[in-house]
Amino acid sequence: MSKGGTVDAKVVFLILTFSISVLGMLAFVVALIQKQVLVPASAAKSIFGKNEVGHSELDAKSRMSDQWKTLDQSAKIPILLFMVSSVLWLVLGSIFGLLVSFKFHAPEFLGSEALLTFGKLRPLHLNIIAYGWLSPAALGVAMWLVPRMTKVPLQNVKTLFAAGVIWNIGVILGCVGLLFGLNDGLEWLEFWWPFKILLALAGAMVAIPLFRTIYLSKEEHLYVSMWYIIAALIWFPVLFIIANSHFLHSGVEQAIANWWFAHNVLGLWVTPLGLGIVYYLLPKIIGHPIASYQLSLFGFWGLALFYSQVGMHHLLGGPIPTWLGNLSVVMSVGMAIPVITTAINHHVSAYRHFHVLNESVVLRFIVFGAMSYTVSSLQGSLHSLRTFNYTTHFTHWTVSHAHLGLYGFTTMVLFGGIYYALPRLVGRNFKHPRLLNLHFWVAATGIIIYAVGLGYGGWLQGKELQNVNGSFEQSVRLTMPYLVVRSFGGTLMLLSHCLMLYNVFSILRPEKEAVIK
Amino acid sequence: MNKAYIFVLGGTSTITLSIFLFILVPRLQVSEINKDAVSAQSPYTENELKGRKTYIDNGCLYCHSQQVRDPVAGADKAFGWGRASLPSDYIYDKPHLLGTMRTGPDLSNIGSRQPSRDWHHLHFYNPRLLVSWSIMPGFPFFYEVATSSESPKPGAIRIPGKTDQWIIPSEEAENLVSYLMSLKRDRDPVKASEATK
Repeated sequence: MSKGGTVDAKVVFLILTFSISVLGMLAFVVALIQKQVLVPASAAKSIFGKNEVGHSELDAKSRMSDQWKTLDQSAKIPILLFMVSSVLWLVLGSIFGLLVSFKFHAPEFLGSEALLTFGKLRPLHLNIIAYGWLSPAALGVAMWLVPRMTKVPLQNVKTLFAAGVIWNIGVILGCVGLLFGLNDGLEWLEFWWPFKILLALAGAMVAIPLFRTIYLSKEEHLYVSMWYIIAALIWFPVLFIIANSHFLHSGVEQAIANWWFAHNVLGLWVTPLGLGIVYYLLPKIIGHPIASYQLSLFGFWGLALFYSQVGMHHLLGGPIPTWLGNLSVVMSVGMAIPVITTAINHHVSAYRHFHVLNESVVLRFIVFGAMSYTVSSLQGSLHSLRTFNYTTHFTHWTVSHAHLGLYGFTTMVLFGGIYYALPRLVGRNFKHPRLLNLHFWVAATGIIIYAVGLGYGGWLQGKELQNVNGSFEQSVRLTMPYLVVRSFGGTLMLLSHCLMLYNVFSILRPEKEAVIK
Repeated sequence: MNKAYIFVLGGTSTITLSIFLFILVPRLQVSEINKDAVSAQSPYTENELKGRKTYIDNGCLYCHSQQVRDPVAGADKAFGWGRASLPSDYIYDKPHLLGTMRTGPDLSNIGSRQPSRDWHHLHFYNPRLLVSWSIMPGFPFFYEVATSSESPKPGAIRIPGKTDQWIIPSEEAENLVSYLMSLKRDRDPVKASEATK
């Protein structure tokens, strides 16, 4: 093994990464023994101010919200930039998504234009949603939550603003590049690499001020949401940099690295940020601490350990080492542990105070998101099993699953997060709360139709792709009705985003009476 | 200072373990496997590489996989897509185009399965001319259409069902078809130790 210089370097890296991870685990065990990790039950109350327990913080202009005002508005402008731009990207990204969906059952639709062909719009949809909507929206909400939990105003506000500008420029250039052939050719990583350097730079410009804010905190205990945010801010840059180091990968190894990234970007980036938001807003809105704070420890560490080892089920049955696929299957099934503990925590808390759902639209978004997290994660554990995976692999089932996770869970939670933060950022309530409610129902109906319809169609498709007496033609014909159903669900989702755009811009416009004063 | 360091530490060690297991060990193993296999593939020509770029830029990989599963997993073999894929089939692939979707059929051996260039050109121009149930997008912008009773240009192809309509492939279309023609991952690799004998 030590014949060539390159092999030596590989062995050094191998030993290095292995020792770092073992040392990390050891340190964690030591921390456990020293009771650094276990937390007092009272810590669950750390997100509540004086006399806040037992009261729902519903009205942004109430006395309750007033005591958070300085922290809430400590970085108003950059947070608004992140949130508003992400909503604009969401609308654009879902327009592309819907066009792509139509093309599945009407292949001639907008088919004669080179720039509007399916294969150009499909990566635009994915990348706009991943890097234009999900990431900056989640960062925006996280930036708003961190001061509330650390009790420290957000640091380096100007840097954060610059980060928002650079991030958006990166996404714009990335998208335009895709149209004109600047494409790295890897799913989830299509943007041309110089534009991805802009994203990495902007990401660092968000992470560093956030870490400074956390460092300055005098809080003895960091609330569970902070664990997820801190970990996500470490995980994503590592994933992004390694997966984008093209000089490292080619052939099958690159496929492995590609899907290692593409699945971890969900498990170690979007999911922890989404869960962090649920862990804060759910108890805050119902006015009571989370059901079991100790359980949330299992949820977090389980996710950290199991979710970082999945992803290879995207290549099961393909030309990858068998043990690698098996490892991912085992870890995917292991994910049931953190998912179930988190589910118990969230759903018991929500169930005990179900009546608050009548009063708070934001809570509806959050609870729907938490429920989707449970369903899509258990679905994920299930279809990572080989027997199951052989059917669902290569089909629309996967697309349905991805939307259940990224829309039903993350996007719905982000809707709730943005709707909760915006009034407290600008200091006034929404003028038309009913439109928020309408947004919820249209979006929820849309994603349910989408996920169930396309998931079932994908299952039929998968069964046909396994039928040795069947034909490929039949697998295409079978899915057609479900592709139409998908477009219907997608139309509802896009409509709901237009409502959101209206809601966001209506709250940004100052009230007339305020101008007169 | 607070307890943030526990999460920084925990986060760093789990991701490092993940890099170890999913990036480094597979690399070592795959390169060892490939070392002993003389791939049946040959390097792509310049035109094939240009065609490959067109394949990427037009998003073919979002509907077509290039990896064949073992018969245990699916009907891949029965559908005529060839033998199960091996790591050595991909040594010249950068970026990889394994794909994970089969809205369209697998293309691992499309060069052997459908060796007619004319078929591919007509199919790219409008897939439904040849496959009525296809939902693949057409790529008419890769072709010029000419009306003439005789072939207007060498390489022109008559549209089926028409007596005087021809399509003339652009260079891009020619390269794309050359790339597809090069996909013949149905030949078995030989062991390096045996190849030298």
